[in-house]
Amino acid sequence: MFDDIQHRLSDALGRFKVRGKLTEANMQEGLRAVRTALLEADVNYEVVQRFMKRVTEKAAGQALIKSVRPDQQIVKIVHDELIELMGEGDPHIRFEKAGPTVIMLCGLQGSGKTTTCGKLARRMLGLGRKPLMVAADLQRPAAIEQLKVLGQQLDIPVHAEDPEGTDPVEVCRRGVSQAEKLGRDTVILDTAGRLHVDDELMDQLKKIEKKVRPHQVYFVCDALTGQDAVASAGAFNAALELDGVIMTKLDGDARGGAALSVRQVTGVPIKFVGMGEKLERLDPFDPQRIVGQMLGMGDIVGLVEAA
Amino acid sequence: AKTARLFDVRSWFGRKVDQDFLDELEAKLIRADVGVKATQILIDRVREAYADKTADEDLLAFLKAEMKALLQDPQAGALAKAPTNPTVILIAGVNGSGKTTSIAKLAQRLKDQGNSILLGACDTFRAAAADQLAIWAERSGADMVRGNAGADPASVAHDACDRALARKVDYLIVDTAGRLHTQTHLMRELEKVRGIISRKIEGAPHESLLVLDATNGQNAIQQARIFSKSIACSGVILTKLDGTAKGGVVVAVRQQTDLPVKFVGVGEGIDDLQPFDPDAFVESLFS
Ligand SMILES: Nc1nc2c(ncn2[C@@H]2O[C@H](COP(=O)(O)OP(=O)(O)OP(=O)(O)O)[C@@H](O)[C@H]2O)c(=O)[nH]1
Ligand SMILES: Nc1nc2c(ncn2[C@@H]2O[C@H](COP(=O)(O)OP(=O)(O)OP(=O)(O)O)[C@@H](O)[C@H]2O)c(=O)[nH]1
Ligand SMILES: [Mg+2]
Ligand SMILES: [Mg+2]
Repeated sequence: MFDDIQHRLSDALGRFKVRGKLTEANMQEGLRAVRTALLEADVNYEVVQRFMKRVTEKAAGQALIKSVRPDQQIVKIVHDELIELMGEGDPHIRFEKAGPTVIMLCGLQGSGKTTTCGKLARRMLGLGRKPLMVAADLQRPAAIEQLKVLGQQLDIPVHAEDPEGTDPVEVCRRGVSQAEKLGRDTVILDTAGRLHVDDELMDQLKKIEKKVRPHQVYFVCDALTGQDAVASAGAFNAALELDGVIMTKLDGDARGGAALSVRQVTGVPIKFVGMGEKLERLDPFDPQRIVGQMLGMGDIVGLVEAA
Repeated sequence: AKTARLFDVRSWFGRKVDQDFLDELEAKLIRADVGVKATQILIDRVREAYADKTADEDLLAFLKAEMKALLQDPQAGALAKAPTNPTVILIAGVNGSGKTTSIAKLAQRLKDQGNSILLGACDTFRAAAADQLAIWAERSGADMVRGNAGADPASVAHDACDRALARKVDYLIVDTAGRLHTQTHLMRELEKVRGIISRKIEGAPHESLLVLDATNGQNAIQQARIFSKSIACSGVILTKLDGTAKGGVVVAVRQQTDLPVKFVGVGEGIDDLQPFDPDAFVESLFS
């Protein structure tokens, strides 16, 4: 599929040989190929429309670089613009001076929250921090057990309660007190997966935010997500004011267009990417890599860069 | 306001079927995750039939009928049944798509129809995966075979087949660990599980169902292609249709791999599984 697009692109682009300046007319076919590539990478339709408009405006009138074909120049312009839109990678987590730093993870069902909880905790250990994880998913069968197993693997404490007769807000509150008591300086809250249209469960998250006041709220987003990424990320951001996004399952062949969509709709930086099921597979976000994957036209970009 | 109009199908009626119009139609389908290629095929059909005519009710009906016909399943809503017990259903898919939950729902459904059920917990990798299935097994009153954490999934499948044969259960449903289709060694492992099942029980697995997450975009096509190649999938369970994602990628999946959707998941509860209804599904793509 990938090669397909590349092929079509070089085909389309090969057809216009312009001298002088880029114009809307001579860019049209090439831009269309780029647009197709982005849509096939699952970038949200409106995001693509806005993006294409912006790139067209930016490129029109630019002088042609002599040693490079104009079509190649356009891909490079698109590529750079995408990288700018994705923002800087920033894998730093701000820790509080006093008391434990509390980080809450949230997201749709099955996006990778619990696994990411373990990955973050492992990363904290590496930074010399003393993390504690809180099992605040009282919903999914064996969710607590799952987090406990990760805690054992990492040899770090997990605060868990019998789901009968308690609720996630209470569990989180007591989890933080427990951390204080045990002298743990970082708390990671693993919340249940929920749909952004589930008012009751979204209210529950808001309640946790109000009562527990996490210092950082991260949205865990599945890189396989399609057009709906803007709806879910937008709703979570509206409810909670996200501080960061973690994209999971980027170890496959997903082109990860959701990254651009989510970035555009929330304005929140992507901090980490999940690159596998194992707890060491958490990488700092790298805009270059994701854009390369999304656009799938690395050779052309390399060519222009070398010129 | 432009976007609102763009996605309100009724606002199309009375307009000329020109490139602008077709672009808006394209937008509608792309937004539902149908994908560029599959959308193009559908739009070409509309263009042929309606070029320079005026868009009306008929055009929409024509387009919907095309999609419904494509998604129709000759064995709609039915699962294969082996001539002698057990019937084996193998469940596979990428991480977190909803396999284990769908098995719980399927077990409940088959149980309600008067069948005895055995579950095989062949996900020995993910933390507490077997515990999760065990809780569901208890809720639906199904029996279950499990192995130790980290055990060879094929050996668990082997034991599950043995018990299914010994007890002559009606259905054995096999849960497998989530895996991305690009992980070749894990796909081999899955093939091994399938191989054991077919060696132990004649004609098994009688269904190999791929669990696709409706929030997924175009990557689902590659999932369908590669899982099919690996374990000869017979159908799809499309989960998480209770959100706002439309799951339109199954149109492309059907076009490109011919895999029919059998069931849809519409919630996290044990009863939240429905037979796939192409009519209702296609209507929802346009709503
Ligand atoms: N390949 C891959 N798999 C991942 C990654 N992150 C998580 N997973 C897998 O995705 C599946 C779901 O992960 P969980 O951590 O249970 O997801 P969750 O969001 O906690 O799920 P719920 O609590 O049910 O909403 C598991 O099979 C994980 O092993 C990743 O970066 N790559
Ligand atoms: N809203 C909704 N959630 C669902 C549906 N099906 C499954 N889920 C949820 O999705 C999450 C993942 O489901 P699982 O059944 O654990 O997925 P899995 O494919 O077995 O995951 P792995 O074994 O880790 O690969 C859980 O939180 C489920 O409750 C559905 O139809 N609708
Ligand atoms: Mg979880
Ligand atoms: Mg599972």
